[in-house]
Amino acid sequence: MLKALKNPFLALLAMLAFGAIVNVAFNSFIQLMLVIILINMILAMSLNLVNGYTGQFSLGHAGFMAVGAYASAYLSTQMPLLPQPFEIFSFLLYALVGGCLAAAAGFVVGLPSLRLKGDYLAIVTLGFGEIIRVVLQSTPAVGGARGMFGIPGPSEPKFIAGYIHASIWVIITFFVIWRVVKSTHGRAFLSVREDEIAAEAMGINTTKAKVRAFVLSSFFAGIAGSIFAHFTNYLNPSSFSFARSVDSVIMVVLGGMGSMSGAILAAIFITVMPEALRPLQELTGVDLRMVIYALSLILLMILRPKGLFGNKEITDYVRKKSS
Amino acid sequence: MSAKNLLEVQKITMQFGGLKAVDSLEFHIKEGELMGLIGPNGAGKTTVFNMLTGVYQPTSGQVVFAGMPLKGLKPFQISHLGMTRTFQNIRLFKELSVLENVLIAGAQHLTYGLGAAVMQNSLFLKEEKSLREQAMHLLKIFNLEGKAHAPSMALPYGEQRKLEIVRALATKPQLICLDEPAAGMNHQETHNLMDLIAKIRKEFNLTVLLIEHDMKLVMGICERIMVLDHGIKIEEGTPQVIQNSAKVIEAYLGVDDEDNTAEVH
Ligand SMILES: Nc1ncnc2c1ncn2[C@@H]1O[C@H](COP(=O)(O)OP(=O)(O)OP(=O)(O)O)[C@@H](O)[C@H]1O
Ligand SMILES: [Mg+2]
Repeated sequence: MLKALKNPFLALLAMLAFGAIVNVAFNSFIQLMLVIILINMILAMSLNLVNGYTGQFSLGHAGFMAVGAYASAYLSTQMPLLPQPFEIFSFLLYALVGGCLAAAAGFVVGLPSLRLKGDYLAIVTLGFGEIIRVVLQSTPAVGGARGMFGIPGPSEPKFIAGYIHASIWVIITFFVIWRVVKSTHGRAFLSVREDEIAAEAMGINTTKAKVRAFVLSSFFAGIAGSIFAHFTNYLNPSSFSFARSVDSVIMVVLGGMGSMSGAILAAIFITVMPEALRPLQELTGVDLRMVIYALSLILLMILRPKGLFGNKEITDYVRKKSS
Repeated sequence: MSAKNLLEVQKITMQFGGLKAVDSLEFHIKEGELMGLIGPNGAGKTTVFNMLTGVYQPTSGQVVFAGMPLKGLKPFQISHLGMTRTFQNIRLFKELSVLENVLIAGAQHLTYGLGAAVMQNSLFLKEEKSLREQAMHLLKIFNLEGKAHAPSMALPYGEQRKLEIVRALATKPQLICLDEPAAGMNHQETHNLMDLIAKIRKEFNLTVLLIEHDMKLVMGICERIMVLDHGIKIEEGTPQVIQNSAKVIEAYLGVDDEDNTAEVH
């Protein structure tokens, strides 16, 4: 298990094995949830890079997801899919293009706002998210407010093909971010969070560090958008509302700022929780979901104010026990 | 000793609203020199450091380091040129380990990029390894290698001050500006620290600018001292000159000489 965490290919194999089990053992609703969880994991891990590791505050993750989703979806309507079994490469390519466009948007939004001291990033990203949504709503080429239909998705078996695509990106996201933050360039991101003045005095170009973190984060948000687009085959601007950005922030805060394990677990929790509470709603006839959801978040923040993991990782605990 | 000026400060003034924290200050430091900067509380010593290292841009005047005018340069660029500092109020990367604090300061000497970090190629592995070895070497000099993996905020106060110096050394500076490195240390620790400063000065060919409250201490190790009072240089010279200066004695008697370590600058 620990070895798999060091090797991306082993980790991917483990995920695929898990997918194969889910494919035969669970119904299509659970399968759908699983892919949504993977998408949310990518969102949480990537936002964690900015809000957790670098100590900035972005509130527009959904905007970058939208850029990736729509770019990827539009591209896929313009060029045919490769025939099976190479179809997956088409989706990887669409995602890559979507990610790059989201990264470019991240650069344009990030550079001016990250150069300034203070919380400009929160305001600018919030505005960006809303602008993107309004622009998409009024762009007929991508369906406008009605949404974009008939986006090509993986052919049958739909779950397993979509799951493989999402898993590949989850692994890439995890290892890229993990290896970056464990390198000395990545530690520079952390030094920005800890003390910007000291970081500058020690030779860290803090603006560059922040922009790098932000662009990388936007890239993966775009990837998440692309996976979402091709798995649901339908996009609507309202899917990328402010609420989705807030959801991503909650995942990061809940998991612990600067913890990969935290982001991953929080993504699972935040995705599953509202669904798990659905039977309660049917039972009582009132929508208690959001109440309980909010209460449990508040409770968690009281009990563990630094998030589930703080800035630690699961492996830190495993190691402590074994040594 | 070479007679080249490493640092030339030309009539720098720092105005905060109506207050002239530093007023037309002029001085220079020769390569390899250990120069002291003393003065009562609020004299403007830390403000001088902030102007040298780019935290503040002087209201007027300019700083030339190694032949380069520093006007408009950001702190990180000045660090890349070879001037670094420690902070009077300790600004470590608190949640990071002792070793990480030192590694980060060495980041400017890396040649690999983010791509190499993701692929973990041989250049990345080689540079990270040598960076780590250099960091451990520095920590060893200051007797901190045993605590390399402890969070830096868990260190006792005196060791945090030492780590500030180690971190600054990891940038491989020519000139290091130490802002009250012995503040809050007892006599023994202070003595020990001064020996260390003498040692690293030799080992790394350093030029040092030292702010210190403790007159005796500064007199002991500095070759040249300048005295600041209310932002104005009132005296400069060898320890003997300073000791016998009426102006200096007056400035120090005029205010109570209590240590003010709580000052946040
Ligand atoms: N950013 C600032 N804004 C306004 N005033 C400032 C600022 N920084 C310093 N000062 C003022 O400038 C004067 C000099 O401060 P400085 O910190 O340089 O003194 P110092 O010699 O380092 O004192 P100490 O020995 O207490 O550290 C003080 O009166 C201080 O209040
Ligand atoms: Mg001071």
